Amino acid sequence: MISGRFLRLTGTSGLILLACLLAAAIYVPVANQFIDPGSPFHVNTASVVVFGKYLCFAMLALSIDLVWGYCGILSLGHGAFFALGGYAMGMHLMREIGPRGVYGNPILPDFMVFLNWESLPWFWYGFDMFWFAMVMVVLVPGLLAFVFGFLAFRSRVTGVYLSIITQAMAFALMLAFFRNEMGFGGNNGLTDFKDVLGFDLQADSTRIGLYLLSIAALAVMFLICRAIVLSRLGKVLIAVRDAESRTRFIGYRVEHYKLFVFTVSAMMAGVAGALYVPQVGIINPGEFAPANSIEAVIWVAVGGRGTLVGAVIGGIGVNLAKSYFTGALPEIWLFALGGLFVVVTLFMPKGILGLISHWRRRQPPPEPAAETGAPSSTAAEERA
Amino acid sequence: MNTLHKELTRTVLYLDGISVSFDGFKALNDLSFVVEPGEMRAIIGPNGAGKTTMMDVITGKTRPDVGSALFAGQHDLTKLDEADIAQLGIGRKFQRPTVFESHTVRDNIVLSLAGKRSVFDTLFARAREEEADRIDRVLDTIRLADRAGMMAADLSHGQKQWLEIGMLLAQDPSLLLVDEPVAGMTDAETVQTATLLKEIARDHSVVVVEHDMSFVQDLGVMVTVLHEGSVLAEGSLDHVSADERVIDVYLGR
Ligand SMILES: Nc1ncnc2c1ncn2[C@@H]1O[C@H](COP(=O)(O)OP(=O)(O)OP(=O)(O)O)[C@@H](O)[C@H]1O
Ligand SMILES: [Mg+2]
Repeated sequence: MISGRFLRLTGTSGLILLACLLAAAIYVPVANQFIDPGSPFHVNTASVVVFGKYLCFAMLALSIDLVWGYCGILSLGHGAFFALGGYAMGMHLMREIGPRGVYGNPILPDFMVFLNWESLPWFWYGFDMFWFAMVMVVLVPGLLAFVFGFLAFRSRVTGVYLSIITQAMAFALMLAFFRNEMGFGGNNGLTDFKDVLGFDLQADSTRIGLYLLSIAALAVMFLICRAIVLSRLGKVLIAVRDAESRTRFIGYRVEHYKLFVFTVSAMMAGVAGALYVPQVGIINPGEFAPANSIEAVIWVAVGGRGTLVGAVIGGIGVNLAKSYFTGALPEIWLFALGGLFVVVTLFMPKGILGLISHWRRRQPPPEPAAETGAPSSTAAEERA
Repeated sequence: MNTLHKELTRTVLYLDGISVSFDGFKALNDLSFVVEPGEMRAIIGPNGAGKTTMMDVITGKTRPDVGSALFAGQHDLTKLDEADIAQLGIGRKFQRPTVFESHTVRDNIVLSLAGKRSVFDTLFARAREEEADRIDRVLDTIRLADRAGMMAADLSHGQKQWLEIGMLLAQDPSLLLVDEPVAGMTDAETVQTATLLKEIARDHSVVVVEHDMSFVQDLGVMVTVLHEGSVLAEGSLDHVSADERVIDVYLGR
C-alpha cells in the first residue's frame, strides 16, 4: 500500500515521473539483454550509455532548477560543479588503472609519467580509495559553492551580476584545468579508464549497472528536492525569489538560505558529474565550458522552471532532440537550440510542463479517471 | 545623566540628529524623533520629505551618515542589519504593498509568524496546533479568513495592503512602521483600515505615514510633520494644521 504521505511528497506529476523511471529501469536492461538485436524493440548497449548520460543531465537540470526555479538564483556556472564531481570520480578511476597504464607505473597516472613527474601531487592522495573519492565528489563542489556563495550572498550580489560571476567562475576553472601544471591531465583530461570497483567499464553488465544507478540517483535527488521545496524552508526560498527584501524585513537571514540551497545544489551537480564520467569514459576541461552551463539552464527553461518534473523532462527531452537534430540536420542544431530558448521565454514562461498544466486546466478534466490511474503505478513504485 | 538614561530606556524608538545624504542631496537632515511605548504616531509631509528614508534608517536598510537610532533605549539600530532588527521586534509595511505573490494568503502569514528563523529550524519545521490558532486570529483581524487558500497574487490591491499588515501582526513586533497603508484604497476600505490600525495600536507602538488627511483625522493621534528631512511641527492634527509653515509647505497646496 502506498501512503498518502508518499503521494504528497512526490505530487501527481512526480509520481508519473517516478513510474516512468521505474519502467525505464526495467525495460531498457531487458530489451538490451533478452530482445533479439534484429527486433525494433531491442536497445543496443550504445543507447543504454546515451540514456545514462541523459539521466545525468537531468540531475544537473534538477540541481539548477532548485536554485533558479525556487530561489531565483540564476547560476550560469553549474556545469563547473558537475565537472568537479566528474574530475573527483575520474581521479579515482585513474588511480584504479594502477600498473595497467601504458607506462606501467603503479602509482602515477600516464600523463604524469609523460610529464616526467617524480611523485603524486598531494591532492591526488586518497583517491585510490573509492569511499574517499565519493566523499570528494560531493565535498569539492559543495565547498566551492559554499565559499563562493558566502562571499557573493554576503555582499548581496544578485541578478545579472551574480549570473556573470558564476559564469566567470566556470570560465576561470576551465582555463586552470587546461594547464598541465594543475595536475589534472591538462587538455586531454582524464581518460582510458579500465574499471570501477573491479567491474570492467566496457562490459555490458557494468554499463547497465551504471544506467540503473543513474536512474536511482535521479529518483532520490528528485525526492530530496521535493522534500526541500515542500518544507517551510522551501517556502522561505520561494519568498526570497518573489520578494527578497520583504523576506529580510520579517527577520529571515536571506544569505543563509541562499547559501544552503546553492551548496546543496552544487553537491547534486557533483554527483551527476560523477555518474557521467564512468559512462562516457572521459572528463576534460571542456566540461567547464561556460556554454555547457548555459545549455543546462536552457533545458530547465524549456522543461519548466520552478517545476522539478519539468527540469527532468527538459534535461532528457532537449538532449534527445539534440541527438536527433545533430544527426539529421547538424548545421541547424545550434540555431534550433537558441530558437527554442527564445520561443520558450517569450511564449511559454513555465516551459513544457506549464503548457501541459495550462491545457489540462482548460478542458474540464476527467479527474476521477486520473485518480484511479495513480494507485496502480504507485504500488509498482513501492515494490521498487 | 542618570535621568537621561531612564528617559531613553522608556522610549521605544529614539532618533537623534540623523542625517542621510544621497549623492550630496540630504534626504534626512538632523532628524530627531521619539516614540513612547504604546503610542501611535502619524507622520505627514510632502513627497520627498524623507518619510520612507526614515523608515529605511530604522529598519537597517539605509545607514545614516551621522546620528543615533536606539530601539527600546538599548539596541543601536545603526549597527544591526534588517534581519536582526526584525527579530528584535520592529515590523515594517512597505509603501508599495509587497506580499509573497506565489504563496497562499495563509502561507504568507505562516512565514511571518514569530518564531525561529534559522535554516535548520525551517527545514525541519512542522505545522503546530497553537500556530494554527494564531494564524486564524490574524486572518480574522485582517478580514481575510475566507480567502486563506487564495494565492496572494489574486488579491485586490486593498486586500494586499491588509495582508501585509497581517504579516506584520503575525511577526508580533513591539513597534510597527506602516508606510502609506491606504494608498489606492476605496473610501470604505480606508475607514476599515483606520479601525484596524487603532485595534492594533492597543497593544503595539505604531508609526503610520500617510498623505490621506481624513484618514489621519480618523486615527486621532499625535502628528509629526516632516519637511526636507527634518521635523517641521509636532502636535495634534488641529494644532499642526493651524501652523503657518505647515500650511505653506504641505497642506496649503
Ligand atoms: N536610494 C536613494 N537614492 C537616491 N535618492 C533617494 C534614495 N532614496 C530616497 N531618495 C531621495 O530622498 C528623498 C526622500 O525620499 P523618501 O522616499 O524618503 O520621501 P517620502 O517622504 O517617503 O516621499 P513620498 O511621500 O513620495 O513617499 C527624495 O528626494 C528621494 O528622491
Ligand atoms: Mg515614501
